[in-house]
Amino acid sequence: MDGHELVERLRRVVGDRWLLLDAHDLRTYESDGLLQYQQVPRLAVLPGTGDEVRECVAACAQAGVPWVARGAGSGLSGGALPVKDGVLIVLSRLNRILEVDLDNGRVCVEPGVTNAAVSTAVAPDFFYPPDPSSQIVCTIGGNVAENSGGAHCFKYGFTTNYVTGLEVVLPDGAVVTIGGKELDPPGYDLLGAFVGSEGTLGVATKIWLRVVPVPEATRTLVAFFDSTRQAGEAVSAIVQAGIVPGAIEMMDATTIRATEEMAHAGYPVGRGAALLVELDGAEAECDAQFAQVTDICAAEGSDDVRVSRDEAERALFWKTRKAAFPAMGRISPNYFVQDGVVPRTTLPDVLVRIDELAAEYGLTVANVFHAGDGNLHPLVCFDAAVEGQAARAEELAGRILDVCLEAGGSITGEHGVGVDKRKHMAKMFGEDDLAAFQRLRCAFDPEGRANPGKVMPTPRLCGEVPGVYRQHPLEAAGLAERF
Amino acid sequence: MTTAAAVRPASIEEAAAAIADLAVVRPAGAGSRAEWGGSDPAGAVTVHTGGLDRIVAHNPGDFTAIVQAGVPLADLQRHLAREGQWLALDPPDRGGTVGGLVATADSGPARHRYGGVRDLVIGITAVLGDGAVARSGGTVIKNVAGYDLGKLFAGSYGTLGLVAQVAVRLHPLPAGTATVVATTDDPAALTAAVLAMSRHPLEALSLDVLWRAGEGRLLVRFGGVTAAARAEAATRLLTGVDVTVVRDDESIWAAQRAAQRGAAVVKVSALPTDLPAVLAAAGPATVVSRAALGVSWLSFPAGDDLATRVAAARTALAPRPTVVLDGARLVEQPWPAPDPGMLALMRRVKERFDPTATFRPGAYVGGI
Ligand SMILES: Cc1cc2nc3c(=O)[nH]c(=O)nc-3n(C[C@H](O)[C@H](O)[C@H](O)COP(=O)(O)OP(=O)(O)OC[C@H]3O[C@@H](n4cnc5c(N)ncnc54)[C@H](O)[C@@H]3O)c2cc1C
Repeated sequence: MDGHELVERLRRVVGDRWLLLDAHDLRTYESDGLLQYQQVPRLAVLPGTGDEVRECVAACAQAGVPWVARGAGSGLSGGALPVKDGVLIVLSRLNRILEVDLDNGRVCVEPGVTNAAVSTAVAPDFFYPPDPSSQIVCTIGGNVAENSGGAHCFKYGFTTNYVTGLEVVLPDGAVVTIGGKELDPPGYDLLGAFVGSEGTLGVATKIWLRVVPVPEATRTLVAFFDSTRQAGEAVSAIVQAGIVPGAIEMMDATTIRATEEMAHAGYPVGRGAALLVELDGAEAECDAQFAQVTDICAAEGSDDVRVSRDEAERALFWKTRKAAFPAMGRISPNYFVQDGVVPRTTLPDVLVRIDELAAEYGLTVANVFHAGDGNLHPLVCFDAAVEGQAARAEELAGRILDVCLEAGGSITGEHGVGVDKRKHMAKMFGEDDLAAFQRLRCAFDPEGRANPGKVMPTPRLCGEVPGVYRQHPLEAAGLAERF
Repeated sequence: MTTAAAVRPASIEEAAAAIADLAVVRPAGAGSRAEWGGSDPAGAVTVHTGGLDRIVAHNPGDFTAIVQAGVPLADLQRHLAREGQWLALDPPDRGGTVGGLVATADSGPARHRYGGVRDLVIGITAVLGDGAVARSGGTVIKNVAGYDLGKLFAGSYGTLGLVAQVAVRLHPLPAGTATVVATTDDPAALTAAVLAMSRHPLEALSLDVLWRAGEGRLLVRFGGVTAAARAEAATRLLTGVDVTVVRDDESIWAAQRAAQRGAAVVKVSALPTDLPAVLAAAGPATVVSRAALGVSWLSFPAGDDLATRVAAARTALAPRPTVVLDGARLVEQPWPAPDPGMLALMRRVKERFDPTATFRPGAYVGGI
């Protein structure tokens, strides 16, 4: 199939309106949420059904053309960055909620449904816990691909803990259903392998999710401290006491200042750290633990603990926290959002180390993070108009990941590797580890057509399986049977 | 079962060196689930993990631990309990190792609250057939770098490689517990009670059903300082069943775990609303159900016609997939027939990870 044939075939599949060839139209899709990478695809399709997705993938397979799936394009690692001569498969039209079954705690959705829409569909008695800050726009398909998390993941877990089934179009155009509504499908846990695979194993066209009852009670407080070290100690003390908060979020002095300018929550600008702690669960248990948390914050040095009195105040606390990224734009012309993880107990030392590095580079780094699970989001501020500053900021962002790794952590907690962090993969994993990843990739996509150039540090070919189920020597000798 | 030979490496490096030289391997822990999975080829060499016996790290402040495959689960739990923590996996205990638990993805009542093996393993080190030692994940509770091979190996029954070491997430031991016990001989009433409970935000530790000889019990366990009060409150959600609250509930749960084993055990994947159908299919078997998850174990006592009873139950449960665990040798095929598309994909996974068919060839789903 030549290029022209592929275009015509795709046109027949999705129709004229949903086939984009024009450079101007395609520019919409040249980046995801990480704007420093841009690439216009050769063409984009917006299929309207799972079957159309299958036909598009099959057409690409026959033409030998690579493709990239895209949800809302809110990813922060360049995961949905198009490939130059490839097809971009945009899933936003697959936005139907197919089934809601609350007796069994399940929903079935198409991949283009937004994260927030799932919770809305099961409200008011149920909700879908993984809640990325981007939840109003990001899609469940993107969440599955990135194994996205959110503020409530310390207690509730990540996307991978909530996916019970997937319909997947494999890169050769075959469709498989992995799992379903029921748990524990016998066989390899390919759900576990697919979730977090960043679009490199296939396209999810249908997704079964577990939803859970809305907790009986929620209690939220914000405590202010003189330093992130003090706040970090408070986090450790809370968790050590056996309390598992729904969320524990920390903001440092720079972030407090920036968000206060935007959200006007009356936060004390100048304080070293703010800790937002939310407990949820059974009313009695929640109340008992909330008193304990309040005491711990005071004991660890907070003289200013504010307990939300009503839903409006709770919403304000959260608005302030979620304003952190956009607010940074007010104190710095540009910034990079880094995403690294450290063991929680190392937080205080790691923050000091980041401050030292920031000073060394002469740049400001604001810290806002999911403190419960040690997931840092350092915001590296810079001015792109100043010659060389962007490059220095990028280098600093990379050095911060080195600090995370030295502390025993990870190069990404929720944003994924994408294109952006490929270069750091070999610092975290050895050659045998990367080769094992490649084994999985090749099982799903031997031709390397699904989102090529992402996740793995260097492009690799799969090669033939050395003897596809060739007879084992023992088998040949009649010593063993396979079935 | 006789094996041609067996090796017992004392380190991961030794395991890798041994495996690289072997043609067919059967990993083994304490042998507490030796029968599970299909049978191994006659020439298979058993690689015992007993020498991989180190608790490599316990970081109480981070609620994580790194542990080698041969460590018995009970030993690990004793070690962690000194800091008021545990690995929240409580399968019936017959001396099994952490490696065996991971390889079979076995679970107990705590799964209701904390999830299964797949949800608690945060990093894995495996030895592949060519002796490569591959790691994925890490030692932090949140991490999306690279593919999650920990989940792939969980429940792979030793057919992809030897699980040599895992990093796990830990939880605090509950401050106190109390259990609601509701009794009825009516499957419909029992199911209604399950759904009434599972639709409420109870934050229970466990939610199980036990069905034996036409009599059923719903067991809902609460943990924390307010456990007893919450159990009392939860009883108000139940109608049409006899209800009591038991504070000293350890023996109830020990019995519940024990009931998950038998002369033959059939595990079935279903939905919570399928409970009446599962109970009807069980016949004379005892049923242990993680009722809000829809996963159940039918446990049969020994007897002459065991194979027939197991086959009858599997037929009655169809098309729900069933796996025969204990008593696997009684049946021709302990695994259900997989969907052809899934089988093809699983086969490709096997071929890539174990191209020489070294690990338990033929013992897995679909003859993989
Ligand atoms: C302001 C802001 C805040 C954010 N906060 C968080 C947060 O708190 N937590 C968090 O985890 N992330 C967060 N993110 C990152 C981002 O929103 C998530 O990664 C999200 O899951 C991406 O979803 P998407 O639909 O935008 O996917 P896209 O960006 O379109 O794609 C992401 C990846 O998924 C693949 N993909 C998309 N759909 C499919 C499919 N159906 N099948 C297979 N592969 C597919 C793509 O190929 C790509 O590799 C934030 C982003 C922004 C901009």
